[in-house]
Order: sequence, then structure tokens, then C-alpha cells
Amino acid sequence: MHIPDGILDPKVWVTAAAVSGIVLARSVRYSKHKLEHRTVPMMGAMAAFIFAAQMINFPLLGAAASGHLIGAALSAILFGFWPSTLIMSTVVIIQAVVFQDGGITALGANILNMAIVAPAAAVLMHKLLQKLSLPAVVSAVVSGWVSVIAVAVVGALLLALSGVVPLELALGTLLFWHAFIGIGEAVITAVVLPFALRSSFTLSNNKEMLL
Amino acid sequence: MSKRIIAWIAASLVIAGILSLFASSHPDGFEKAGEETGYIEHASTLLPAPMPDYSLPGIDSWISSSISGLAGVLITFAVFVFFGKRLGRKTR
Repeated sequence: MHIPDGILDPKVWVTAAAVSGIVLARSVRYSKHKLEHRTVPMMGAMAAFIFAAQMINFPLLGAAASGHLIGAALSAILFGFWPSTLIMSTVVIIQAVVFQDGGITALGANILNMAIVAPAAAVLMHKLLQKLSLPAVVSAVVSGWVSVIAVAVVGALLLALSGVVPLELALGTLLFWHAFIGIGEAVITAVVLPFALRSSFTLSNNKEMLL
Repeated sequence: MSKRIIAWIAASLVIAGILSLFASSHPDGFEKAGEETGYIEHASTLLPAPMPDYSLPGIDSWISSSISGLAGVLITFAVFVFFGKRLGRKTR
């Protein structure tokens, strides 16, 4: 879900950029208080891993379409919401600036989607499922899938607000493809999570960070 | 740098440098939906990037996308650590 330049209406991408800016300013303020120095390299390694994993487009149902990991659920479950916004933003900004994957004017919208909405959805789902004391793998799978669905919904809203496609059509088409892409996200999240936890890729104050 | 960090970077380099060569080249969900509903026609490029579409300009070979992937992993790690160290709190 990397929106290129030219599709979003200026009032939509300016608003999205403003919202992303406000949230990231909070993330930065938060990390100044809470983020410990020694945890930075492991979060950097997770950012690098997510960048790499996003390059792997997997085919969908023999259709002429593909999908790839977002990684927001993975980083949000490991590090919590605020740190994961910084991890995901780093990936999304580098993709846009260095690799032309996602537009420059659409950068705020892409950050909003993949670095704010996706980890928020994953954290909320993860917390809810933890309360029901379901197995960790179930929580990872559901949170991963839900994070992709949330991105598809917000993406459809941004497109509809830009007037390039009617809302119902955008929702229907994006949700159709992302329901399948979400399965990929769910599987990869559930498979990688135990390896990351074995490497102690998590924060001592994770409970607090999730808030 | 600890062994586990090096192991994750190494795995990321393998994924981005080698495994990525076998990735599907079909349009992703967003592009596919854009083809079906028409919005993708509006797509344009405003800012030329050094490695557009994960390739080195002028080099038409698998090496081009492989090097882009390796570079991306290292850049991502370096940028995060550079800013993270400045943002983070020094403790213990």
C-alpha cells in the first residue's frame, strides 16, 4: 500500500501529512523520555528486517497480483505503539526518498497508513486478545490481519476523499485484495515473532510502551 | 554490536539481496485495485530517486536489484540508529 504521487488531492495529502506530523512529534517526545539507548540497535535491526521483508512480493491465488508484508504488527507487538511508529516511518521514508516506492507528496498519507494506523490497529487487537488470554500465535495472526485491513480501509477513505474513486468501490476492491494480503501478513508475523522474542527483541517496559 | 543484531542484519541482507530476486513482479494489492477502478492512471513521479523501483539506473541485470536491496537494508539500519541514538535516553 504505497500510494504514489498524483493520486491524492492536495487537501487530502496535506491533511494526512499534518496528522502524521503531529503523531510523530509525540512519538519523538515519547522516545526522549522512555526510549533507552541500548534498545536502539535492536529496533534498527527490526527496521532493516522489515525493509527487506517488504521487498518480497508474494503471489495471490494465482491471480496477476501480489502482496507484501507491512510489518507494523510485528514491530508494534514487539516494541509497542510509539516506538513502532518510528520504526515504520524510517522504512516508509527511505522507500520513498531512495527507492521511489510511494510518493513524496503522499509520504504523510503513507506514514499515516503504514506507520500509524497499522501499528495502532495491531496494538489494540493484540491487547484485546491478551485480555481474553488466547495463545500468542492467535494474537499475532489476528493482529497482523487486522492491521492490513485497517490500512485498506484508511487507504480507501483517502482515495475517496481525493475524488479519484467512489468510496464503496474503493472499499470493495481494496478490501478484497487486502483480505488475502492480510493472510500473508498474519503468517509472517506469527512465524517471525518467536524468533524476534528469542533474540529478546522487545522492551523491558513493553507493557507500558503498548499504551 | 551484539551477535543477535548482526544475525538479524545478515538475515535481512540475504532476504533483500537474494530472496527478493524471486519475488512476484505482479502489481501489489493497491496497484491491482487501482487498475481495476482506474485511479492508478493518475500516478506520477515528482522526485527522481537514486534507486528507482529498487534498481540501479543504467544497469539492467539482477545485480542491480540485488545491490539496491543490500543498500536499503544498511541505509535503514544506519538511519534508525543515527537518529535513535540522538532521540533516546542514556541509561545504564
